Amino acid sequence: MLTEAQAWQALDAVEDPEIPVVSVTELGIVRDVILGEDGLRVVVTPTYSGCPATEMIAESIVDALKAAGAGKVSVETRLAPPWSTDWIAESAREKLRAYGIVPPQPALPDGAQVVRFMSRKLPCPRCRSSHTTRLSEFGSTACKSLYRCEDCREPFEYFKPI
Amino acid sequence: MGATAMTSTNPAHLEYVLRLGDAALIHGQRLSEWCGQAPVLEEDLALANMALDFVGQARMLLSHAGTLEGKGRDEDTLAFLRHEGQYRNPTLCEMPNTDFAHTMIKGFLLGSFNLLMWSRLCGSSDKALAAIAAKSLKEARYHAEHTGDWVIRLGDGTEESHRRAQAALDMLWPYTNELFAANPTDDAAAAAGVGPAWSDLAEDWEKAVLPVLKHATLTVPARTPFQTYGKFGRHSEHLGHLLAVMQHLPRSFPGATW
Repeated sequence: MLTEAQAWQALDAVEDPEIPVVSVTELGIVRDVILGEDGLRVVVTPTYSGCPATEMIAESIVDALKAAGAGKVSVETRLAPPWSTDWIAESAREKLRAYGIVPPQPALPDGAQVVRFMSRKLPCPRCRSSHTTRLSEFGSTACKSLYRCEDCREPFEYFKPI
Repeated sequence: MGATAMTSTNPAHLEYVLRLGDAALIHGQRLSEWCGQAPVLEEDLALANMALDFVGQARMLLSHAGTLEGKGRDEDTLAFLRHEGQYRNPTLCEMPNTDFAHTMIKGFLLGSFNLLMWSRLCGSSDKALAAIAAKSLKEARYHAEHTGDWVIRLGDGTEESHRRAQAALDMLWPYTNELFAANPTDDAAAAAGVGPAWSDLAEDWEKAVLPVLKHATLTVPARTPFQTYGKFGRHSEHLGHLLAVMQHLPRSFPGATW
């Protein structure tokens, strides 16, 4: 039988399948771990409604907890409050940068207006130049947008704030 | 959503949620048809990602509709085993794809509506729906921004891109009338605090849409009495074909998993 602290520790080792340098706890998607009579309940929140990694993450969570000695494990989804990139741990930000993904800036407050052609001058994660251009609002996954560095000419991704 | 799992005794409530779910599903399906066919790779990714957001929203909404109904129908049953006349999406969602400008104009008109809709639904008396709305609102901002940028680029672009954007706007504009139409279902849902009266969104929608179209140097067509009735279950000839593609696999191989 695992304690709650041990369960959290096991979850620290579960990586996001799309960004395998950041754990699900650092990403802020594990909202609660509840030790009950019917086993261990892990409450997660999705990053995006259609994120295809959600089911894989749930499976990895169950596998990791069972490997750590948990008995019955269930994963449930909680939508409210909705996940925000502001919940990504500080520790994950440098890891993202080293992996080639610029970490998110603070999310827009609710009710904020959409600004047209808001091209953020993001620093290139490789050469640090801020001479960069956004190629697309959407990158290889819904949570990232695609940029190019005009100095080192390398493409890079930006974890967009939501 | 275990804590909020309860059926609704109000049939208008169920119908209302079904409409939201169908709008997301059918728009998502149309966007997904672009996968592998977009004019540039970046847009292929963007369209597929937006399609995923809409299908994800549809899953949450249809699951919720199934719970409200309380007859054991889940998201898959509702998505794959209903017939054309049982769908409740606005006709605009089912209009077939033509060119890229058409998809961006449609995405922008719908996306601007969704932004207002989700922001109002965050205050729904249905707590599960309010949670879905808060989640979807964040995604809708990116959809509206992305499609809005393209509307400006295409409209205020080359002669050819302008011509295509204007043709798409002329073609799709009359279908936006339906977004603000209501029948007793909508009135009952609005009275119960489930969601806004659609006519209340019309003014804010125009305030959001018109400046962008102007910036894009596009001419806004005059309003006409043209009215479509998709959300009341009377669809264009296009929905059946879309469903044939979307439902083919689960109908041919019931219960298939992989």
